[in-house]
Amino acid sequence: MKLLNYTSTYFSIILLVLISIWAVVFYYAMFVEIYDSIDDGLEHRKMLLIARASKDLSLLDKPQFDEYLFTINRVDYNNHRIFKDTYKDSVMYMVNEEDYEPVRLLESVFKNDEEYYKIVVMTSMVEEDDQINNLLKYTILLYASLIASILLLNNLFLRRIWQPFYKILDQLKDYQLEKKDTIHYKTTKIEEFALLNESIEKLLNRAQKSYSNQKQFIENASHELQTPLAIAINKLELLFEDESLSERQAEQLQQTLENLERLTRLNRSLLLISKIENNQFPSRENVNFQDILEQIISDFSEMAAHKNLRLILDTQQKIIKNTNIDLTYILFSNLIKNAISHGQPGSVISMRLTNKNFIINNYSQTDSLQNKPIFERFHKIGDHVNSTGLGLSIAQSIAEKFGFNLEYRFLDGQHIFTVNFK
Amino acid sequence: MKILIVEDEPQMLENMSKNLEAEGFLVTGAATFAQARDRIGVYDYDCILLDINLPDGNGLELLKIIKKKGLGDGVIIVSAKDSLDDKLQGLDLGADDYLPKPFHMAELRARVKAVLRRKIFEGQDELRIANMAINISNRTVFIEKKEVELNRKEYDVLLYLVSNKDRLANKTALAEHVWGDHIDQADNFDFIYSQIKNLRKKLDAHDAEIDIKAVYGIGYKLQDK
Repeated sequence: MKLLNYTSTYFSIILLVLISIWAVVFYYAMFVEIYDSIDDGLEHRKMLLIARASKDLSLLDKPQFDEYLFTINRVDYNNHRIFKDTYKDSVMYMVNEEDYEPVRLLESVFKNDEEYYKIVVMTSMVEEDDQINNLLKYTILLYASLIASILLLNNLFLRRIWQPFYKILDQLKDYQLEKKDTIHYKTTKIEEFALLNESIEKLLNRAQKSYSNQKQFIENASHELQTPLAIAINKLELLFEDESLSERQAEQLQQTLENLERLTRLNRSLLLISKIENNQFPSRENVNFQDILEQIISDFSEMAAHKNLRLILDTQQKIIKNTNIDLTYILFSNLIKNAISHGQPGSVISMRLTNKNFIINNYSQTDSLQNKPIFERFHKIGDHVNSTGLGLSIAQSIAEKFGFNLEYRFLDGQHIFTVNFK
Repeated sequence: MKILIVEDEPQMLENMSKNLEAEGFLVTGAATFAQARDRIGVYDYDCILLDINLPDGNGLELLKIIKKKGLGDGVIIVSAKDSLDDKLQGLDLGADDYLPKPFHMAELRARVKAVLRRKIFEGQDELRIANMAINISNRTVFIEKKEVELNRKEYDVLLYLVSNKDRLANKTALAEHVWGDHIDQADNFDFIYSQIKNLRKKLDAHDAEIDIKAVYGIGYKLQDK
């Protein structure tokens, strides 16, 4: 839910409760006031009538309500000695409305010439149900107009106020650290937003800095490792020339050498990744993918033959794309190498190159690798101890650099890697 | 044959010197830019191995000095940086080859010999080993005047082993040399075994007086029978 709608919903719920309470309170307060005023009027008329009755004795016998809306009857004193003025609600047939309508009565007892009389003064009363209806109607109207103005306010006013916030949010959505994107901050007078802008700017600068430091670190570390590795490997090689070396010693040395070589490969791959990410392969040219693939297949033919694997490339036309030739070679050779090292001996590795994509299939003992992080660094498939676990990750990085898309699928026992060109 | 190694890392310098001295080369070392500049000014070398990162200067500057003097020395850049820029710049400035660290000794020997062949034996590019003759520019091999039919890779393997005659050529080094840098992540280099077997068969069929011997399962050594 959007922030604006969220506040609007809150407001409308709070207003609904508040206005309902207000309506009830208002209703009762209004009726108290109405009764008070009507009762005052009745009292006033009662006193006027009693005063008039003392002069005009004909008024003392008026058993029916007529147009004057009062009655006076003589009553027995004993029954009414302790009578107090009482107000009552009642109904009466109204000629104009042709219906019974609520009325208000004041009953009182007064003394005239040692005789006691009961006087009832009447006046028409507000219709309560009408009043409730009215109140409900106007309350709903008030509520609706308040909600409407809140929405209007939100949409016109708040939206403008929150603009710097939405602007920065929009940019953060697509922000990529590795692309060194810059964020454009909208200057604002609102303190919180200014603080937000400032904090994000600082945060991103720090993240950017530590990201490039990290990349630089990997590159520097890899470079620094080259010389000691070279010294160690070369010293072992010199040792191998020693004729007095026993076979057992040579075996141990060989294992040490193999591990150093593995370390060298790992180091070289890390360096390659950081070079790709640091854009150190900027040159672009028209590369004939078919030529590259044929060269790779020729380079790998002995390795494939050794595993009794057949490499088959299906391609009709010349496919030329604007890429970096070295990286293109690495991209395809890593995929083919991967297929060879995991391919089931005796099976076929088939490749298809079209203008749209490059597809390579291989059979293997392993099950589907879907949902496995095969493109992640150092993720090793199976028990290939000599694998650096970086080959597919490198292929992925290169594909990304070219704007290609590298995908994996598993179908009918075959592992299928697809490079979609754009 | 005189070789100058410009390398600031003492152990690296020692390894390379020992290795090339064993081939019968006359090796001089220089650990700094200034030292190297002085040596180049006084002596002529057949081949110079040049490290780019020196404590007191850039090896590429030395390369410029060498080329400005019009010296015919072959230059191989040896660098820990393995940077494309350095490589391209070095080759542009007239270096003959570029060798990124770490490298195998066999690779160093092969590269040095290739440079020497190009520089010293211009035109006269036939290599003779026992009863075998290798024509470098035509990439052909003859034993007792009869051509041995080799494919591209078999030829490369043979030339590499010949360059490292009587020395151990590491299996990994051989694979990287012949099958390229990109093969290096291969699971193992077992496939080389069948390659060597084929090569041996062809050599034996022509009664070659050389033999390719497997050493401890580490690599191979080409020697006289």
